[in-house]
Amino acid sequence: MFILAGLVALGGMPLLLPSYHLGIASEILIFSVLAMSVNLLAGYAGRTPLCHGAIFGTSTYVVIIAAAAGVPVWAACLLGVAAAGGLSVVFGIIAVRTSGVYFLLLTLALGLIIWGICLRWTGVTGGENGLRGDLRQGWLADPQRLYWLILGVGAVLTFAMWRLVRSPFGLTLRAIKDSPSRMAALGHDVPAHLFAAFVASGLFAGAAGALYALFNDFVSPTTVALPQSVEGLLMAIVGGVGSILGGLVGAFVLIALEQFVSAYTERWLSVLGLTAIAIMLFAPQGLLGLLQRKSQ
Amino acid sequence: MKRRIVLATLAAPAMLRAQSTSGPIKIGLMAPLTGVAASGGREIVEGFQMYFETINGRIGGRAVEVTVEDDASNPDTALQKARRLVEQGNVHFLFGNLLANTGLAVANYVRGTGTPYFIPVIAADDLTQRSRLPNVVRVAGYSASQFSRPLADWAYKQGYRRIATISQDYTFGHEQCGGFAQKFTSLGGRVLQQFWHPLNTSDFSPYMGQLANAGVDAVFAMETGADATRLIQAYASFGLKGRIPLMGAMNASDQSVIRTMGAEAEGIVSAAHFAEGSTNAITQAFVADYDRRFQKLPSLYGFSHFSGAMWVAEALKTIGADAENRERLLAAVRATTLTGSPLGAPVSLDAYGNPVYDAFIRRVVRRPDGKLWNAPIETYPRVDQFWGFEPEAYMRQPAYSRAFQGPR
Repeated sequence: MFILAGLVALGGMPLLLPSYHLGIASEILIFSVLAMSVNLLAGYAGRTPLCHGAIFGTSTYVVIIAAAAGVPVWAACLLGVAAAGGLSVVFGIIAVRTSGVYFLLLTLALGLIIWGICLRWTGVTGGENGLRGDLRQGWLADPQRLYWLILGVGAVLTFAMWRLVRSPFGLTLRAIKDSPSRMAALGHDVPAHLFAAFVASGLFAGAAGALYALFNDFVSPTTVALPQSVEGLLMAIVGGVGSILGGLVGAFVLIALEQFVSAYTERWLSVLGLTAIAIMLFAPQGLLGLLQRKSQ
Repeated sequence: MKRRIVLATLAAPAMLRAQSTSGPIKIGLMAPLTGVAASGGREIVEGFQMYFETINGRIGGRAVEVTVEDDASNPDTALQKARRLVEQGNVHFLFGNLLANTGLAVANYVRGTGTPYFIPVIAADDLTQRSRLPNVVRVAGYSASQFSRPLADWAYKQGYRRIATISQDYTFGHEQCGGFAQKFTSLGGRVLQQFWHPLNTSDFSPYMGQLANAGVDAVFAMETGADATRLIQAYASFGLKGRIPLMGAMNASDQSVIRTMGAEAEGIVSAAHFAEGSTNAITQAFVADYDRRFQKLPSLYGFSHFSGAMWVAEALKTIGADAENRERLLAAVRATTLTGSPLGAPVSLDAYGNPVYDAFIRRVVRRPDGKLWNAPIETYPRVDQFWGFEPEAYMRQPAYSRAFQGPR
């Protein structure tokens, strides 16, 4: 019921908001999908990744490159998601046997490789200058329609992730998070489960990246850089690790805060940093976790 | 970051003309106030605001309202800020940005909105070449490879025949070195080696050894910011200074670099449209005024935005300050020949939206008061972005990259 009301409210936004704010709303929706995909690993499988910005951005690059090569936009988006999936398979194979800080550092290094490639492979990626897309044509040129598209896709993806974490597979993941050794002793294939979760999470991040390509119509190495991964993780943490909707809350809070604070001070990055520290100290379960605790 | 600076709102109503009832001219200025390019970004804002202060914040009877936004040296942020300025702030036109990727991102956005966008610092060649847009104009700016060509010509005339280049490994560097290499090679010189190092290289010693043994007559260095400082210091401390002449891109010996340096920077030769050490009276008046306001000599960034603002203001005056009419504004900007700018010489745009300048070959020398500055030693008249090449034929060759530095 709440979810339906929320969807109606979100769907009605374009009728109320001026175009700039609609752009911000679109961005929030896209980044909430990224944050949720991070949450899938960090919150349910107990593996905190720092490569999701790179997976997200790889999809963005592929969409823009493919569309420039004449591939229809919808097919380019699918290619982007597929590329993100392929990348996650590679990353997953390398990373799933590690945990804790090793997983963190390994995924960080893998993400940096992608960033390095995007920066140096000038002929394909445009290097530092990035690539300018030409995606916002015809049907997509209208910001309202683009918003509804993002909302629709975002809702489907959110539902898919919600189903995934509530499935037996999701339960197994949570058990692995609590005690990998016990799950292994019970006969569960821990690496296989983690690998599947990693790839699923990468696919969702890739879908967010494809939406970002439609929205931004531009990609440069900053889109695959470490701060992007950190931002996704931070959104997941601020919203609440271990709850899918936390991603939406985190994306909303961070992007809205950035917009609001940067309108008043040059030191908005400091304010964002302090806010993040405060949230981690006083609401370690994230804002959604705080709300749930209060309501109990 | 949004700081609204409303300039000179208190003017006698009698001065107002009819069109001023439509409110102020709204300008969105984007500059990197945080991130890697922050120091240059501040000088962008200084130079831009200084111009509007000198004209009391009014153009043709209309007040000017400048909204400054921080692009954070990040193209995604720049895009977001451009959207905010255009869609929420309803600015009449956009100005600024420093890093090429931020400028390219914003250019792609204004391609859809049609908002005029002026880029006095963004040098990416293709913005006024292969992928130029009618509403993106490089007022008082230059394309990256524009001035390395006259420098290559000058170098050849000095008798240098074998050159090495060292540059930051990104597009801005590829383009400046490409301009140099292609011109120098076409004259009959040889580029023996090209070194590309990552941005923010902390230790230049490996390159110094290789440069010393490269057997070249001179070195061309394309560096910005802290890399420029470190390279110039390493060049002196490894004993190359005085042994192998050092030429630089204009940003390598820009005020933003040399104002904190000493003898190690003296003697570097570069080419640019602006030389703060010029004896021209208008240039000197500007330099003295800038020094008085900000206690430093103007850098490329401050100069460009002062002059870019002047360019658009002069154009607006010819159309009755009708900033709302984009086509008229753009046509006026393209038709304007800017006189009275700190350049001290008239300047106009080519058919592609890039200015044609008298280029100075400059040398870093010490002023009587001990400060370093770039003094002109030779002038190349009428240097455009294709200098010596036929535009259409030139644009059929690929853009410069690490792999393409002119046909070999």
